[in-house]
Amino acid sequence: MQTQVLIIGAGITGAGVARDLALRGVHCIIVEKQDVNAGASGGNHGLLHSGARYIASDPASAVECQRENHLLKHLAAHCIEATGGLFVAVAGDDENYIADFPSTSRRCGITAHEIDLKEVHELEPALSNRLIAAYAVNDATIDPFKLSLDTIADAQLHGSRLLRYSRVVGFEIVHGRIRATRVKDELTGRVLSIAADIVVNAAGAWAGVVAAQAGAPIRMRYSKGTLLVTQNRIAYRVINRLRKATDGDILVPGGTVSILGTTSERVASPDVIYPEIHEVDAIIDEGAVMLPQLAETRFIRAYCGVRPLLEEAGKRGTDDPDDRAVSRGFALIDHLAGPEKLANFVTITGGKLTTYRLMAERTADWVCRRLGIQQPCRTHRVPLPNTVDARWTEPGLAPNTWLRSHAPNDALLCECEMVPRSVVEQIVTTIRKQDGRPSLKAISLRSRIGKGPCQGTFCSQRLAAYLYDRNYLAGSQGIVELRAFLRERWRGQQPLLWDTPLAQAELLEAMHCGLFCLELAAEGGVIEGLDHA
Amino acid sequence: MPDKEETLCDLIVIGTGLAGLSAALFAARRGIDTVLVGLTGEIGFASGLLDLLGVHPVADGRMVKDPWRALERLRREEPGHPYGKIDNDVIRKSIADMLAFLAESGYPYWCDSQANLRMVTPVGTCKPTYAVPHTMQYGPVALAQKTPCLLVDFEGLKGYSAIQIAAKLSACHPHLRTLRIAFPEGRGELYTEHMARALETTAVRATLIEAIRPHIGDVLCIGLPAILGIYDTVRVLEDLTQGLGRPVFEIPTMVPGVTGVRLQELFGRRLPALGVRCLMQQRVWNTWRRTDGRWSLAVGQNTAERTVRARSVMLCSGRFFGKGLCADRHGIRETIFDVPVVQPFDRTLWHNKDLLHAPGHPINRAGLAVDHRFRPTGDQGRVVFPNLFAAGTILAYQDWVRQKCGSGLAIATAYAAVAACHEYLKEVESAK
Repeated sequence: MQTQVLIIGAGITGAGVARDLALRGVHCIIVEKQDVNAGASGGNHGLLHSGARYIASDPASAVECQRENHLLKHLAAHCIEATGGLFVAVAGDDENYIADFPSTSRRCGITAHEIDLKEVHELEPALSNRLIAAYAVNDATIDPFKLSLDTIADAQLHGSRLLRYSRVVGFEIVHGRIRATRVKDELTGRVLSIAADIVVNAAGAWAGVVAAQAGAPIRMRYSKGTLLVTQNRIAYRVINRLRKATDGDILVPGGTVSILGTTSERVASPDVIYPEIHEVDAIIDEGAVMLPQLAETRFIRAYCGVRPLLEEAGKRGTDDPDDRAVSRGFALIDHLAGPEKLANFVTITGGKLTTYRLMAERTADWVCRRLGIQQPCRTHRVPLPNTVDARWTEPGLAPNTWLRSHAPNDALLCECEMVPRSVVEQIVTTIRKQDGRPSLKAISLRSRIGKGPCQGTFCSQRLAAYLYDRNYLAGSQGIVELRAFLRERWRGQQPLLWDTPLAQAELLEAMHCGLFCLELAAEGGVIEGLDHA
Repeated sequence: MPDKEETLCDLIVIGTGLAGLSAALFAARRGIDTVLVGLTGEIGFASGLLDLLGVHPVADGRMVKDPWRALERLRREEPGHPYGKIDNDVIRKSIADMLAFLAESGYPYWCDSQANLRMVTPVGTCKPTYAVPHTMQYGPVALAQKTPCLLVDFEGLKGYSAIQIAAKLSACHPHLRTLRIAFPEGRGELYTEHMARALETTAVRATLIEAIRPHIGDVLCIGLPAILGIYDTVRVLEDLTQGLGRPVFEIPTMVPGVTGVRLQELFGRRLPALGVRCLMQQRVWNTWRRTDGRWSLAVGQNTAERTVRARSVMLCSGRFFGKGLCADRHGIRETIFDVPVVQPFDRTLWHNKDLLHAPGHPINRAGLAVDHRFRPTGDQGRVVFPNLFAAGTILAYQDWVRQKCGSGLAIATAYAAVAACHEYLKEVESAK
């Protein structure tokens, strides 16, 4: 297999680079070891920052956020809800920080309007009555799945390819160039060699792991952030705590829910991370200071992501246990400059969802310079098309479509989020277009399936049965799929199991273990005969 | 004390899951004047399979062939398990009594008595269980003998795919064919309970037989989802078997299914006839222990509507799903009497990070510790109240989901707890 540019990682950065290059007429292949947005791109707040969060810790990032926020609201409006945001302080918060906030913001080009405290309760009734200051900024929310899926779809439309479940296992390096990249198909085990003029490492938190395979050391810090999804939307706007960034101080709406976060905990590896119970408790307790009802509300899911932070030499202070002082800016690393001296290898990492487009532009500029291509960037002018591939991630869209269509045979496979068969069929078509097999996990990633209060108890088997009927699953695959899907859901349920969700989890286990015996199925899905005890 | 209708009884059973229903039955059979109160509860979610002990040890995931031998081993290895307080003879008696009751109520169960059966599930796995409704009897037989079968499913019935079951079983059972048909008079989305009620009528059965018959070919057995009637399953099964000229069997569906409805309806019909006063769909709002030791319970649907005065109480209120236990971020409580709950030290120990973790989740072994007479105990094993008994899944030191012992645990502990309660009532009577 051959291409001009091989991009490693199908998070928003890799997707963005592919689209940016594709719009300049460059052929790209994206390889992804899992699925779209499997890392930090899928494990974040979905917050389009105004920049105000970073005015004190990282003014350069604040400026970039401010500019990209403005740009994306025009270019990817269908992925964005321009909710606006509030920064609020409660009694006891640092008064100097509060006093400096408007002027520090202004210095970064960010407008923060002071709001009367009586008015702020009319805007957001859920806010605590212990507020001492409130400012309005132009934060917004952005659907990271829709954004990535649409970005990839547009790149594909312009000739790029996506290979999912394809892990980089090695590089063939000859005379200071990567001649070929060896990629293993995680489903079949087959290894394939891809020759590319340039290799872009956009593996996010795994950028260090990928670079190391090419003999290029990148020092990274892994900062885990945990987030909680409420059952209902608590506030209309993004609500930030007006203080130096710490745990549990942002609540972001996401369609019909709200997302509360986050934490910042150093982890040793980005591979196996879980939302932990002590994080959940810290987030709820802190969040409830701004919005008291968070102490009582039902949470339906927890998730986490790893921020890929770049360790800068000489800036490794021990006074920063939660890595919040490490820059949230991005870095483009030209590996010709490093000891590895590779002429056609570049790493793009760090950064934020809000600045993904800028990161992609800079990376594509570098690639084009190396390739001697004169085409300028177009992603700051050409709007991102709204494609059918990405439409079913939006809460509320599937129900509306289903209610309008009134087809009696179009049964709802997911009743909590009202996802019918016809939607599943469309998603299967999309997955096939991306060279994939329609698995339970892949379908749920591209829809609301399994994301309602039942957390997959019922829809998992309904979907599995349907996929068998349609011949998309065969043999014991269904067991393997159910196990994988339920385990994945469980990661997000497990730290939130008290009250009603605990009862729901008991039902889930009673059906899937008690009756279906999924815990007894071997990894291959085979259950052996009865044993003599 | 509110001035409301007052009901007097010897025993009030709280909970209408299998444990509560069993306790009411066994109490009535002993001539104990019994009131049964509870929300519809988990029985609607019963798979209909009667498990005794299907897996032991859980951490090894070892499926049990001879449940009686495995019970002996369980008693040695987990002496705190509720089964540890009951001899095999008593368990046998309790199960036999229950099966006899079900048979005389027109819904016989079938078992091998010495060995567990292997029952096919809707995902095509095989579950070890002790007894199955007569409607499912040929399933384990056909599976064991690899009998050529036709598995039938229906357009519009979600979560049940004959193709899925056959595909999963194909490795060990190659002679399976599948058939999808429209359910007579059914259009759009189907629900098993509606289908089962429809099959209670002769005409619908005849249409179904006609729809399947042309596809029989050389198969020797026909498998259907669990829809063969609610009340008169014997008749429905007989008609289909005759009409198709082959043994017919049911495969359980996803829960809630008709197997739970059948038990609910059967007990709802039979218990009042045995003299049990049933206050269904009602909950206990408040309790007082009177100076004479008797209990007063405020009971009603949406509010306390009446008071039940009882010499003794049997707590069969289930776990979290059944609302017998509840939890907040800081701990687990018993919801009605606030009796002590044995539980892990804190929430971080409740669940494993892996849903399918082989030894199971510690929270599932939380619950009420009881003495040898099934009375909840607190500090240093002291009995909390001499006339408060508990049975079923609310008991601690068991994991009914992973051990596949839910029904047996419900029936056997209800049986033993009712016997202990009977003793207590006799003692009180003779002390007068």
